[in-house]
Amino acid sequence: MSGKVLLIEDEPNIIEAIKFILSREGWQVHAHSNGETAVQTVRDRTPDVLILDAMLPGRSGYDILRELREDISTQSLPILMLTARGQTKDREMAERAGASRFMTKPFSNSEVLDAVKALSGA
Amino acid sequence: MPKDTLTGSRIRERRIAQGVRQAELARIAGISASYLNLIEHNRRRIGGKLLLDIAEALGVEPTHLTEGAGAALIAGLREAASDLPDAGAELDRTDEFAGRFPGWAAALVATRARVAQLERSVEVLTDRMTHDPQLAASLHEMLSTVTAIRSAASILAEPGDIDPDWQSRFHRNIYEDSARLAETSRGLVTYLEADNEQATETGTPQEELDGALEKAEHHIPELEQQADVAQVMTRLGRGLSSAAQSLLRAWLERYAADAKALPMNDLAKALTAHGTDALALSVALDQPPTRVMRRLAAMPAEVLGDPVGLAICDASGVLSYRKPLPDFPMPRFGAACPLWPLYKALNRPYAVLSADLVQLGRSGATVRVEAQATPVGPPQANSDPLFEAHMLVRPLPVSREPASPSADVGITCRICPRVKCIGRREPSILSAL
Repeated sequence: MSGKVLLIEDEPNIIEAIKFILSREGWQVHAHSNGETAVQTVRDRTPDVLILDAMLPGRSGYDILRELREDISTQSLPILMLTARGQTKDREMAERAGASRFMTKPFSNSEVLDAVKALSGA
Repeated sequence: MPKDTLTGSRIRERRIAQGVRQAELARIAGISASYLNLIEHNRRRIGGKLLLDIAEALGVEPTHLTEGAGAALIAGLREAASDLPDAGAELDRTDEFAGRFPGWAAALVATRARVAQLERSVEVLTDRMTHDPQLAASLHEMLSTVTAIRSAASILAEPGDIDPDWQSRFHRNIYEDSARLAETSRGLVTYLEADNEQATETGTPQEELDGALEKAEHHIPELEQQADVAQVMTRLGRGLSSAAQSLLRAWLERYAADAKALPMNDLAKALTAHGTDALALSVALDQPPTRVMRRLAAMPAEVLGDPVGLAICDASGVLSYRKPLPDFPMPRFGAACPLWPLYKALNRPYAVLSADLVQLGRSGATVRVEAQATPVGPPQANSDPLFEAHMLVRPLPVSREPASPSADVGITCRICPRVKCIGRREPSILSAL
């Protein structure tokens, strides 16, 4: 399995774990931790799947998501939203902003792997 | 208010509840229907044999008619019933219930107040969970750390060999994350404990202020002696949230200015000549009516004699100060009756409005109110002033007839029986009565 995954997350040990499990399955994983420069990084990296944390230093993940959905080049990019809240309204907020999928922390490795596979159509 | 001023209302309430026509009851009691009508509207006193005859005709103890239950207790019971409309509480027998079982009635009202307070606490906590940025950040950090630990532990627990370097990194990550988790948890508990009391035991800052003023009985002896506001804040502000402390400080500063401009001794002397008539006191003391109202509300019982109530609302109609009377309760939550002169005053700034009021669905006690709206803050060029309104409430002395026909008002729509009211916001639970 191959493809590019961009992980926008500020927690270094989550980055390391997700990188490990996805790389092991053949994905090329790039991580980015800054919310302010996240949109530009997505445009530069052109990932097949984006994993986006909701709370980031500099800018909210929901804001980033909305901007990506307004851009024609990233309008249909599969995006997995990660959040620490599991309330219905958070899910609705993510869906309204254009998330392809929503996952609540703490998630398992297999859930992430399955979600990325499903979003990439693999 | 003396207890016998409400006897007529209780007779009327019992008679209507039993479906007895006024003329029929008058005939049994040996009086004219018009005289009974005056009694029922508290325009004629009743006692002696006539009271005994009417009580017998209605099948109740005479004391149930003369003593009844406190108006605040009745209002509390009706509010309790309004919370559970499907419970089928016998609203037409509220007064009887309160009169026969005052202890149980008080327990029910207190329980309802406690439930309301707890519901409010839940709302506050829910709101806090949603909007408190520090709490949200702490929870996010905790869950992120847990996620990292879980991911690393899962990788290590998988069957098969893992590169020793990766194995070592994940062990180290788990160690670091567990230490971070412990630290974050401790910080979160400290944060929650620090605000626990104010977050769970009180509601809005305004409710906290209401509670603090009620506890102080609206009278601040230190400020009557021109003490510093900061000194009083130390005593009264303890345990309040910072937002409530801010409200309290503003209220105390106004109290201090009022006490300086209109000392208690001057007001006490004028009270002997003018009673609690705010307008007469205002003229006699050369003070604005609204200041006189606030000073009256701040007087202790031994100075005031008859108690007074006071409501102050801002331009949006929200009560920013409430000192209810037993015979004229004011809603703790939600909006008051829009027919109160308090709100009419906002339409007629500066005019002092005076009226005699009866709260419908209640004991029938008549109160006299004076209301005035005045600007808040200093005048500004080319800017419309913002108004706040005051309404002083005082019991109408027994010996005094209403100056004009009294107007019917309510407390809040939910427990007001007036079905066709232009000011109605929501249906009343009493409309079926």
